Amino acid sequence: MRIGIDVGGTNTDAALIGDTGNVLATVKSPTTADVTSGVAAAITSLGEPRASAVMIGTTHFVNALVEASRLERVAAVRLGLPATAALPPMVDWPARLREVVGGRSYLCHGGHEYDGTPISDLDPEELKRVAADIAGRGLRSVAISSVFSPVSAEFERRAAEILAAELGPDVHISLSSEIGRIGLLARENATIVNAALRPLAVTTVGAFEEALRVAGIDAPLFLSQNDGTLMDVGHARRYPVATFASGPTNSMRGAAYLSGLTECAVVDVGGTTSDVGILVGGFPREASGEAETAGVRTNFRIPDVLSLGIGGGSVISPDGTAGPRSVGYRLTSEALVFGGSTLTATDLAVAAGYAEIGDPSLVSHLDPKDALARIAERIATTVDRMRTSAAPLPVVAVGGGSILIPDELPGFDDVRRPGHFAVANAIGAAIAQVGGEVDRVFSGPRRKVLDEARAEAVARAEKAGARGGSVRIVDVEEIPLAYLPGDALRVRVKAVGDLDLEKINA
Amino acid sequence: MREIGIDELDDIARGAGILGTGGGGDPYIGKLLAREAIRAHGPVTLVGIDEVPADATVVPVSGMGAPTVLLEKLPAGTEELTALRALEAVLGRRATHIVPIEVGGVNSMIPIAAAARAGLPVVDGDAMGRAFPEAQMVLPTLAGIPNTPMALADDKGNTLVVDAVSNRWAERIARAACTEMGCQVSCADTVLRGDQLRDGLVPATLTLAGELGRAVREARLAHADPVAAALKLLGGVHLLTGKVVDVERRTTGGFARGRATLEGPGGPLELSFQNEHLLAVRDGSVVATTPDLICVLDTDTGEPVTTESMRYGLRVSVVAAPCDPRWTTPAGLDLAGPRYFGYDCDHVPLTP
Repeated sequence: MRIGIDVGGTNTDAALIGDTGNVLATVKSPTTADVTSGVAAAITSLGEPRASAVMIGTTHFVNALVEASRLERVAAVRLGLPATAALPPMVDWPARLREVVGGRSYLCHGGHEYDGTPISDLDPEELKRVAADIAGRGLRSVAISSVFSPVSAEFERRAAEILAAELGPDVHISLSSEIGRIGLLARENATIVNAALRPLAVTTVGAFEEALRVAGIDAPLFLSQNDGTLMDVGHARRYPVATFASGPTNSMRGAAYLSGLTECAVVDVGGTTSDVGILVGGFPREASGEAETAGVRTNFRIPDVLSLGIGGGSVISPDGTAGPRSVGYRLTSEALVFGGSTLTATDLAVAAGYAEIGDPSLVSHLDPKDALARIAERIATTVDRMRTSAAPLPVVAVGGGSILIPDELPGFDDVRRPGHFAVANAIGAAIAQVGGEVDRVFSGPRRKVLDEARAEAVARAEKAGARGGSVRIVDVEEIPLAYLPGDALRVRVKAVGDLDLEKINA
Repeated sequence: MREIGIDELDDIARGAGILGTGGGGDPYIGKLLAREAIRAHGPVTLVGIDEVPADATVVPVSGMGAPTVLLEKLPAGTEELTALRALEAVLGRRATHIVPIEVGGVNSMIPIAAAARAGLPVVDGDAMGRAFPEAQMVLPTLAGIPNTPMALADDKGNTLVVDAVSNRWAERIARAACTEMGCQVSCADTVLRGDQLRDGLVPATLTLAGELGRAVREARLAHADPVAAALKLLGGVHLLTGKVVDVERRTTGGFARGRATLEGPGGPLELSFQNEHLLAVRDGSVVATTPDLICVLDTDTGEPVTTESMRYGLRVSVVAAPCDPRWTTPAGLDLAGPRYFGYDCDHVPLTP
C-alpha cells in the first residue's frame, strides 16, 4: 500500500492506494503553517499505518522563491572562461531577488564545447582561491555551472570535489548538470535557486519525516518531481528545485491513472483556474521553452500547461461571462447554492443538473445553458490549442471544479470524469515512478545516436531506483541544429520504470 | 543621428524578430549582450547612411553559428572586437562605423553590442533587409563587393582571416571553420566604403525594426490588432490568420527542412521553411516566396514565431512583405530565390 499526499497552499489532499492499484481511502484537509501537523493529520485520517511508501508533492519550495523568503545567500561558480564572461551569473534576475540570493559570483576556467572538447582546462588553484573567498564571506551554499555540462559533467564534478575539500562538509554544493537542460543562463538560474533553497529543503524534508513519525508510519518517503517521477529524501534535500512544478504534474498523472488513458488531454479545474495539459505515454508533455518563476528564467523539466481563469468559484458577471474573479475558498458561504448572494460557476453546474451540491432549489430559477456553453467553448478552445495533432483526443476532467465540464465539449466528444477526480493530485503522487533523462547534442549516424541516448536514459532510471526490466522509453525528441552543417542533432530521451523498494532499502 | 539606449532594445529585437522571417535565432541572449555592453560603455550613436562620409570604413559585425550553441556557450564579450581588430590589421585602416549584416534575430543586437564596446557609431541599415542563412546572400555580392577579407574570432581568442575567390567560397570556408571553432564565432567582413552604402545596404532597417517592435507593443497595450499594426509598417500582404494544423520536419541533403499546414479563412496555406520561412503555397499555387519576407506572427501578441517553435495549435497570422527590389533581379534571385533553396518554383511577385 502506498500513500500519496499533495500539500497545496490551501488544502492537503491524501490518498491510500492498495497493492493492486485500487484507491482505498481519500481525504482533503487544511494545510497547516507548521507543515508537520497537517500532513500527520491527513495520514492519520487515512487510517492505515502499514503503508510501504509515502509520496509527497509540495508547493513549499516554489512558494519560498515567489515570496523571496527563507532563502540562503549563494556563491555562484561558473566554469567556462574565457567564454561566457559577457553575461555573468544572475545577469537577467530581477534586482530584488538578486539582492536576496546573490552572495557572490565567480567566473572560472573550464567548460566544454558542444562536442565535448574542453573550452579550457579546469584550474584547481583558481578554484582554491575561490573557495577561500567563499569561506571568507561566510557563504554556505554553492551553485556550480559549466558550459555544456549536459554533454559532459566532468568539470562540475571535479570542481565540486575541490570546493568540498576546501570548504568542509557543512557547505552545500548544487550542480547544474543534475538540474536542467541546454541553455546556460536558464540552467544556472535554476541551480542558484536550488542552492538558495537548500537549508529550507533540509528543514522541510525533516518536517515531512517527522509527520510520518507522528502518524506512526515506518516507510520510506519520496517527493514528486516536476516531471512526475520520484526522488528519495536524500535527493530531495539536495535538489528541492526539482519539486517546483509537481502540482500540475501530479494532477495529470493522477488523471491518467484514474481514467486508464495514456494519451489524452487533462483539464484540472480548481476554484479559480483551470490547467490544461496533454498526456503523452502517460506523462505530461513538457514545455519546450523556458519558463519564468518569480521573474527568473529557468529550464526546469516542467509540464506544458495552459491556465485559464475559470474555476468552480468563478464569479459570473451580468453578461454571463465566468471569471477571472473567484470567490475561492469562500464558495461554501458565498455561492447561491450555499445560501450566499454571488452567482458562481458552481451554481450554474448545479442548476444544469451536472452535480448536486448545497441546495439545488436555490438555483432552480436559473437558466444556465448559455453561460455553461460559453465556459465549455473556452475550455475546448484551450484544449484544442494544446493538442499536437488533429487526431481525436479524449479529455479527462479532474479537480474539485471539474463538475463544470459537460460530457461533451465542442470538438471533443469523449470527455470523462473518473472516480476520485477531486484528489487526482494525491493519487498522481502515490503512483509515481522513477525516471532518467538525457538531453544533449550528438553527431553521427541517427540510428546509433538514438540508440546511445536511449541506453543512457535507461541506465539513469535504473540508477535512480527503477526496477531492472521495468524501464521503458516514454519520450524521444530530436531537433536538428539550425545553421549547422552536418548531422548534429539535439536529442532528448526520457525513460521511466517502477520504483524498486528493495533497491531503495538496500 | 540619434542614440540607442537600453530602453530601445526590446522594440528593436521584437521588430528584428519579425524581419527575421522565422530565422536568426531567439534574440534574448543578443538583447542581454547589447544591454550589458550599453550599461558598461554607454548608449550607441545611430547614423543614417546619408550622414556617413564617402571615405568612411563601415564594417558589418555579426555572429555566425548555431543559435542553440549561443544559448549554452555565452560569448566572452571580446569576440567582436577581436574579429574587428584582425580585419583592421589586414586592411591597414581602422573601422569608422559598424553596421548589421542582417536585421533578423540575434544579429540585429550583436552590432549594437560591438559598437558600444568599440565606441563607434552604428549605421542605420543592413546588408539583407531581412535574415538569410549564408554569408554571400548580401546586397554587396550583387554590387560586386567582396565579402573578404573576412575575419572570424572565437571565445578562446582564436582568429582566422579568410581570403577567398568568391563570396560563396568565403561562406564555405568560414562555415567549416566556425564549426571547428565551437559553432559560435564573431565575424567582421564585407567592408564597405561610405560611398558604397547605397549599393550595399537596405537603408533605415534598424529604425524600421524599432518602429515595428513599438507598433506591436503599443497595439497590444491598446487592445488593438498587433498584426494589423505590423502589416501597416511592412506594407505587405496578409496571407492568413488561422491555426497551425500540421508540422513535419525532416533532414534531407544536409538541410533541416520543414513544412507547416495552416488553416483559416481563405483556405489552407502551406509554409515551407528551412532556417527561415521560404515558401507559401495556397491551393497548389505559390503565393509568396523568398526573397520576399514571409513573417509568421502570434495572432494574439504579434510576437514573431521562429521556425524552430512552429507547432500544432499555434494561432498565427502570416504576412508577406516585399523584399528590397534588388533581390528580385535575376542576379538577386540566383543568390536567394526559391531555386537556390531547392524548391522547384519561380519567384512570384506579391499580389495584394
